[in-house]
Amino acid sequence: MDGADLAGALAIGFAAGMSSGLLGIGGGVLFVPGLVLFLGEGQLEAEATSLLAVAIVALVGAWRQHGYGNVRLRDGLIVGGLAPVGVALGVVMANSVSERALELGFAAVQLYFAWELAQRALRPDRAAAEQEPEG
Amino acid sequence: MSPRLGRLAVIATAAGAFSGLFGVGGGTIIVPLLMLWLGYGYREATGTSLAAIVVIGALAAGMHGLYGNVDVLDALLIGLPAVAGVVAGAALQQRLPVRAVAGGFALLLVASAIALIA
Repeated sequence: MDGADLAGALAIGFAAGMSSGLLGIGGGVLFVPGLVLFLGEGQLEAEATSLLAVAIVALVGAWRQHGYGNVRLRDGLIVGGLAPVGVALGVVMANSVSERALELGFAAVQLYFAWELAQRALRPDRAAAEQEPEG
Repeated sequence: MSPRLGRLAVIATAAGAFSGLFGVGGGTIIVPLLMLWLGYGYREATGTSLAAIVVIGALAAGMHGLYGNVDVLDALLIGLPAVAGVVAGAALQQRLPVRAVAGGFALLLVASAIALIA
């Protein structure tokens, strides 16, 4: 690892954290390529290592957001605690449905979510005004 | 099971399936579903999503750790600047209009969908 790789890892790490704080995601989407490109990890090792970084970042992010009054802890723990059921279901799906169908299916779901959120973001004042006090 | 708990269970299952299948991305499922289905505001959806991801990430990292695939030094190298980033990002989120960050999230979803299709 040379200086440029180190700088790259630090920069992509910071960007991942920023995304995590702004968007409520774990940051794995940036950690994984960062670990492969700058720290020379293989894909499997990078995905595994990314999860530890995700857990650390999410912990600090959840703590900060809790301070801002934005965490419903019970709901979050229910979703986190039950997610392994979904992981197991995902393994079953991976072995029974074609990978391409799964990719297209989840992409369609995400595009639908994007459409709904964009409509809310673009809708004039009433909806935004309703959301502001909540947030 | 109450309808609300049922919805949380479905969100958990969908997020787990997505991250199990594609390695990343539970948050892109959790945040929109909390908003569209449980009436969360954007900021509390992202904050609550992070609390869920702590549990998901820790469990998954622990499992991978048992197989010796986790490089702790690398995780810290990329994770510590990320800790600075998440503190800054969460602070910035409180100051930005909800519409702006929710619009940014919609763009993230489009990018993620394109990555899946491509």
